[in-house]
Amino acid sequence: MSDLAPELDNFQQKIDDEQRIEPKDWMPEKYRLNLIRQMSQHAHSEVIGMQPEGNWISSAPSLYRKIVLLSKVQDEAGHGLYLYSATETLGISRAEMNSRLQSGESKYASIFNYPSLTWADVGAIGWLVDGAAIVNQVSLQRTSYGPYARAMIRICKEESFHQRQGYDIMVKLAEGSKEQREMAQDAINRWWWPSLMMFGPHDSDSVNSQQSMKWKIKRQSNDDLRQKFVDQTVQQTEILKLELPDPDLKWNEERQHYDFGEIDWDEFYQVIKGNGHCNRDRIKHHVSAHEEGAWVRDAMTAYAEKKAQRKEVA
Amino acid sequence: MSDPSLILFEVFVRSNRGLDHQHVGSVYASDHEQALVNARDVYIRRGEGVSIWVVKTDDIVASQESDVDTFYDPMDDKAYRHAMSYPMPEGVKNI
Repeated sequence: MSDLAPELDNFQQKIDDEQRIEPKDWMPEKYRLNLIRQMSQHAHSEVIGMQPEGNWISSAPSLYRKIVLLSKVQDEAGHGLYLYSATETLGISRAEMNSRLQSGESKYASIFNYPSLTWADVGAIGWLVDGAAIVNQVSLQRTSYGPYARAMIRICKEESFHQRQGYDIMVKLAEGSKEQREMAQDAINRWWWPSLMMFGPHDSDSVNSQQSMKWKIKRQSNDDLRQKFVDQTVQQTEILKLELPDPDLKWNEERQHYDFGEIDWDEFYQVIKGNGHCNRDRIKHHVSAHEEGAWVRDAMTAYAEKKAQRKEVA
Repeated sequence: MSDPSLILFEVFVRSNRGLDHQHVGSVYASDHEQALVNARDVYIRRGEGVSIWVVKTDDIVASQESDVDTFYDPMDDKAYRHAMSYPMPEGVKNI
């Protein structure tokens, strides 16, 4: 047995007792690294997730829809910041996280590598993508790492607006002309499967899942969360009188859940590997936004230096 | 407290694992370590907390309500930022 055995027991005991782990507590290195991976990936997803919607701010069909979308994208930036700040408590700097994102070492939700082609996509993203994210994030409000759990609580408070504004766009299109209904259906057809992929691989294929469940970083399995999302989304689609693009989707009386078809895992892994429609563009845009913002950081440094000099003189 | 050699510290206590630290008051001490001990003696005599932060009062920069009107603007004209401003169709669930 190593010298760390008592600490490890104590750590696992806290987790088993439903206590939260806080930044100054002893924690296994693997727990810390696992959290850095998951939390920074989550933060990056919020930030990269601004791009598919941000592209529509200036093209939204009315001033009202523009300000709504602007507010939503602004929230996503805020969520990214909550999460970066929580991840920094694990001893990694924001600059390091940023450089790992830009080098491709860190991932973000693969769904943001799909293009947002029409206005209906903005509705589908809010309704389906944010809807899937909410299912995951509600579960993570009970994650074992205190700063992560608290960030999730703050984020969940703001997510409901996101999903509803998206659904509201879908309702309006579904009530509209034949073309508008077709546009809404087309958006669902393209976003449904990637939304299901957001929950990650099957539990049996998920390399990080088992340890994450034992440490209660994850509280519910990928497949359970995915099932929950499917179950609640079917009825919302029926209200729109639109369809989910899955011939195998049907209620299973015995399981009391919807059965649904198999995800195209080859597509999932291709997109993760960097071969999605927009992977290169997303990172390229992130790099250029960061570089274009250099003058702001330079100005802040110059201001700090000037103030320090004035203090010396005085 | 009139001793000029003592420093005022603000005290924040985490009452339980999983919760944010909350401001509970202040203590005088000659340095950070002593402030922690004093804070423990003053504020958590009955297990009110599991973790204490002490921060020099002078290091806290506070906003003033009167500084800028817009600083505390509740943005009441931006109802669209709230979920309730999107009426949902009758019967829709879990949204």
